[in-house]
Amino acid sequence: MLVFLLLRLTPGDPAAILAGDAATAEQIASIRGGLGLDRPIVVQFGIWLGKVLSGDLGQSFYFRIGVATLIGQRLEPTFALATVTILIAVLVSIPMGVLAAWRFGGWFDRALMGFSVLGFSIPVFVLAYLLIWLFSLKLGWLPVQGYARLADGFWPFIEHLILPAVTLSVIYIALIARVTRASVLEALGEDYIRTARAKGLPEIRVLVRHALANAAVPIATVIGIGISILIGGVVVTESVYAIPGLGRLTVDAVLARDFPTLQGVILFFSFIYVAINLLVDLSYVFLDPRIRY
Amino acid sequence: MSTLEVKDLTVRLPAGGDRAEAVSGVSFAVEKSEILCLVGESGSGKTVIAHSIMGLLPKTLALAGGEISLEGEELTKASEARRRALRGARMAMIFQEPMSALNPVMTCGAQIDEVLSCHTEMPPAERRARAASLLREVALPDPEHLLDAYPHQLSGGQRQRVGIAIALALEPALLIADEPTTALDVTTQAQILRLIVELQRRHGMAVLFVTHDFGVVADIAHRVAVLREGRLVEIGSKLDVLTRPSHEYTRGLIGAVPTLQPHGRPVPANAPVVLATRGLSKTYRARRWMGKTREVQAAADVTLEVRKGQTLGLVGESGSGKSTVARCIVRLVDPSAGEIHLGGADLARLRAGEMRPLRRRVQIVFQDPYRSLNPRRTVGEAIIEGPLNYGVPRHEALSRARRLMELVRMDAAALARYPHQFSGGQRQRICIARALALEPELLIADEAVSALDVSVQAQVLALLEDIRSRLDLAMLFITHDLRVAAQVCDQVAVMQAGRIVELGDAEEVFLRPRHEYTRALFAAAPGRGFNFAAQVN
Amino acid sequence: MKIFANWSVRIGGTVLLLLVLVAIAAPWLGTVDPTLFDAGSRDLRPGEAGEIATLDGDTVKHVFLMGSDSYGRDIYSRVVYGTRVSLIVGLAAALLALFFGVVCGLAAGYLRRLDGIVMRVMDGIMAIPAILIAIAVVALWRASLTSVVIAIAIPEIPRVTRLVRSLVLTIREEPYVEAAVSLGTPTLKIMFGHILPNTLAPLLVQSTYIFAFAILLEAILSFLGVGLPPDIPTWGNIMAEGRVQFVAYPHNVFFPGVFLAVTVLAVNILGDGLRDTLDPKMAKRV
Repeated sequence: MLVFLLLRLTPGDPAAILAGDAATAEQIASIRGGLGLDRPIVVQFGIWLGKVLSGDLGQSFYFRIGVATLIGQRLEPTFALATVTILIAVLVSIPMGVLAAWRFGGWFDRALMGFSVLGFSIPVFVLAYLLIWLFSLKLGWLPVQGYARLADGFWPFIEHLILPAVTLSVIYIALIARVTRASVLEALGEDYIRTARAKGLPEIRVLVRHALANAAVPIATVIGIGISILIGGVVVTESVYAIPGLGRLTVDAVLARDFPTLQGVILFFSFIYVAINLLVDLSYVFLDPRIRY
Repeated sequence: MSTLEVKDLTVRLPAGGDRAEAVSGVSFAVEKSEILCLVGESGSGKTVIAHSIMGLLPKTLALAGGEISLEGEELTKASEARRRALRGARMAMIFQEPMSALNPVMTCGAQIDEVLSCHTEMPPAERRARAASLLREVALPDPEHLLDAYPHQLSGGQRQRVGIAIALALEPALLIADEPTTALDVTTQAQILRLIVELQRRHGMAVLFVTHDFGVVADIAHRVAVLREGRLVEIGSKLDVLTRPSHEYTRGLIGAVPTLQPHGRPVPANAPVVLATRGLSKTYRARRWMGKTREVQAAADVTLEVRKGQTLGLVGESGSGKSTVARCIVRLVDPSAGEIHLGGADLARLRAGEMRPLRRRVQIVFQDPYRSLNPRRTVGEAIIEGPLNYGVPRHEALSRARRLMELVRMDAAALARYPHQFSGGQRQRICIARALALEPELLIADEAVSALDVSVQAQVLALLEDIRSRLDLAMLFITHDLRVAAQVCDQVAVMQAGRIVELGDAEEVFLRPRHEYTRALFAAAPGRGFNFAAQVN
Repeated sequence: MKIFANWSVRIGGTVLLLLVLVAIAAPWLGTVDPTLFDAGSRDLRPGEAGEIATLDGDTVKHVFLMGSDSYGRDIYSRVVYGTRVSLIVGLAAALLALFFGVVCGLAAGYLRRLDGIVMRVMDGIMAIPAILIAIAVVALWRASLTSVVIAIAIPEIPRVTRLVRSLVLTIREEPYVEAAVSLGTPTLKIMFGHILPNTLAPLLVQSTYIFAFAILLEAILSFLGVGLPPDIPTWGNIMAEGRVQFVAYPHNVFFPGVFLAVTVLAVNILGDGLRDTLDPKMAKRV
């Protein structure tokens, strides 16, 4: 397991080393040789990795504080946004996917497939502006932009999160619903479904206990892989809705050429992505008794 | 009143198929305490009939007419809820593939329990006790433990027993068995057949048994119904149909079933040895992530000889290592130990580059005719590929291909067409032509007729036999089917768990088997007391 | 050809073809030079008439079909010329990703010694979200057409590699490939004669999706201000410029947004249609 984790983590280094190279002026001593000038790259990587593992991500040029501290400050909004998004997406997409597979070729199936192509095609920021225009400007139901901390009350918190989370969840819903539909459809073609029907089970039980249960592994996988899309979406969404989170920080760091921050944020996001996918891999053991590690 | 009565059943196929109806006007009845065998080749509509009765037809097939009544109750007009209530309770079904017919993510106990909880009001403890007693009834060891086991932890035979337990849970009046033993090894098949017959007697069930295998029919049927392209050809008592078939088609089918008697052709004693293996072994090592290595001996110490103009049969159940031996000889896998002698060279030691000139001399025909030809290449291109590889000029290779098509009794016009335009039997002929294009000394047939229907199988077997004698080829014939082996083999090697347990002249092995495994294998062959070809002629 | 009987292929293909025509014919579609601006024509609403100064100092009358931005540039012209940039960047990035992906995938799938290394590297790239890789690459080099294309292509390479590798691994187990081995066909000929042709259909389908994603990613980079330089007319840049005044002048964001969405939608629909006709097995999977 450790080997696996390491293998998955190592590749985080190219970006980091590259980013480090441009940071020459400030951090000559530690990162200068990053591209192999005075020390072998492995040694460089070792030092850098050692620092990262001890929690030292360096100093931000722009904000003049430790990158780790900075990430800590910006974590809450991003975490809240991502959690709400995943919740909405999973709760909406899985039942829709199952229903579409059950009525394969019917109107709901075709509508869902149409929606999912649309969801993949509309850029997050275009959708974001569309929703702002409709719900905030025309209808005036929700605030245009900004973020309210949970500590400042539950309602303002949710009010500010609804639009960004809905925006962000559309592509995620499209993705999960598609995969749910496909894997449930595949499961429905299996022999054990015929066995289940031959037992005289009610259709809902056939769908959930037999088809969906066997489709769980690919669904879990796509939720994990989708985190990558989610992180990309967070960067865009936070910029549009002016949410002071990690995504916004990424863009600010690029624009300010603040490389230690950029490096830290990318590393942090990659770590989250890898960690979540590791959890997903572990969840297979519970989802499918045939899988053993 | 019959337990099951089917009248004028017609099922329509979606437009654009090779015929309009999957089943056309089929009528029959199954009585209480009776086994009716529904026999037919692939595509004859036998499974569609089974599914129509259960109400499990896929959406693409439409019930176009007819009546189906179970214990006097008309099913085609019953509501879906009513039919669901009958399914699993009054009529139950067991399926062909024990590997996939059970839900892999539910325990066996839960899958039995489902039937009980959906159809009855039994409390959980009682259901569990009933499930355990069902497992005991299908003769599974340690039922309490098996209730909590997942299907993948069981063997194929055990899974089929669980499938039967599920079907029996509520003592149905009608049991439909759809090729329940086709995917099993012959010894397991014999046990499952015995179990079905025994349960049928004990519970007085009506059984509709769908099969393509006349051996199975001879073993278990009371009455037989023969289907051809969706129509009922004839129906009658077992003895009548098997020994005095009234219809030409039935006579042909039964006549095509190979006998278990060795062919008895004279075999010249000292023909030159073409291929010899000495102590050939293949061990697979699977490394698991914790560093534990698991070793599987797929073939161990295999020593055999194939002589010019003769056929050596390699016989065994699945997983016995017979295909591994073939793949080692053509070096699709590298043997772990031993020698493979072909005309002075030891193939086992050659590196890929040195192997190339020798590949020409050994050719192989695989089991699956549908996957053995590249779908994007014409038949002609497939056949000349080998000769072109060895520097034969194109026009010469093409004329050789035309001669070969004639040899395998196909039209030379087929060379310009793509594989998907041919049936399984035709494709297998093309594969044989492709193998012969290199003019090999040894032809390996790896279950080459196992995927074919019995009548097509007989034709391809005759073709192989004809080619072997005409070209004086050495042939290594790999099969799990003892009847097929009896037809073509001059010598037989019986494999079990990677080892050859008995090797000798076909006559000796078939008539006077010495090893107990060989004897068990013969004892399990379905319909062994029945010499089909002789009965009909 | 049966693929043209498919409605998704017809619709997606037609829209895409129209967009290509728009891109080629941009100068003749009533546009002005997209970099021209005029202080007197700032923030016009769609359909309003105004004036624009040409490079030689003349001033011409011009109807701003989609309005103008805060520099007084014609949004219609910028959107039409933006079609060129978007399609070229998308196509170049997709081809680049496809080339490296196919090479790596074939190598990993058929030459088992390379498999471990290649796939570890690909796993590594996959561990970083696509947008972040693109941002990092662009941040390192100055933003230019080349660097943006490379930045967009890199995160797509692992996806192509994995697809090709898994196809190769499946196909090389097929009996017809084993038959070719025993017919003495050399390895390279098997790779290119038997295996590659059977990967083409799924690969073509995948490449349309990559094309769509590349167009999208380019727009996102530009929108975030880290893509192509702001004076180059791309849909992302127009929206980036317009977002500041979104509340007052929403059309600055909407018109390029609609073009972008329609383009990506057309490519995705085309891809779905191709998948349904060319690769029915995959059609059932996703």
